[in-house]
Amino acid sequence: MAERLSIIVFSGTVDKLYPVSILASGAVAMGMDVDIFLTFWGLNAFFKDTVRTNTRMSKDFEDMASLVMQVMKEKKVPSWYDTLKRAKELGNVKIHACSMTLDLLDIKKESLDEIVDDIMGVGEFIETARNSKITLFI
Amino acid sequence: MGEEPKVDRLIDARNTFCPGPLMELIRAIREAKVGEIIGVLSSDTGSKRDIPLWVSKAGHKLIGIYEKAGYAEIVVQKMK
Repeated sequence: MAERLSIIVFSGTVDKLYPVSILASGAVAMGMDVDIFLTFWGLNAFFKDTVRTNTRMSKDFEDMASLVMQVMKEKKVPSWYDTLKRAKELGNVKIHACSMTLDLLDIKKESLDEIVDDIMGVGEFIETARNSKITLFI
Repeated sequence: MGEEPKVDRLIDARNTFCPGPLMELIRAIREAKVGEIIGVLSSDTGSKRDIPLWVSKAGHKLIGIYEKAGYAEIVVQKMK
């Protein structure tokens, strides 16, 4: 069985969604399975309507946000979303939505982007993380 | 590294960023037949380490890394 990388995605800003998608890509490239658990702001970034148009950046680096976005655009860096999508095409990447966040904010599975595979409780995710080689919280 | 081998497929991944060139190579290797030689052009610094690491882990063969002006050509043979 392939080794696994688990990522808990709590943040919903573009600067933090990039490392999520790039690390997932790297793990897939190196033959690992990836499980991503979206919770709170992380889940908030995966709505069907806004997943591709999100421009939020971390408050603590707000002063650099426009510069970084401009450089990324100039250098034609693929979006974090497209990067994650490619990782999914290439390997075994499963994206789970936190059931507690869904219930709390009355979010329907249908309003989430198709890249999200299923809804999962924290207990099941911890079991997944327990069997992972690497677990990250972003 | 002597004379450069002739490649069956050439992927131009210049101006893409880590892990772009590696991902492009993996995709090409999947599509290729065993024995085919694939060249990747990459201007990303990480590729020169990432790609050889992946190649040995995946059981393929690194033919060579050829430095050019502002990029490198990394040549790999699909072994299985």
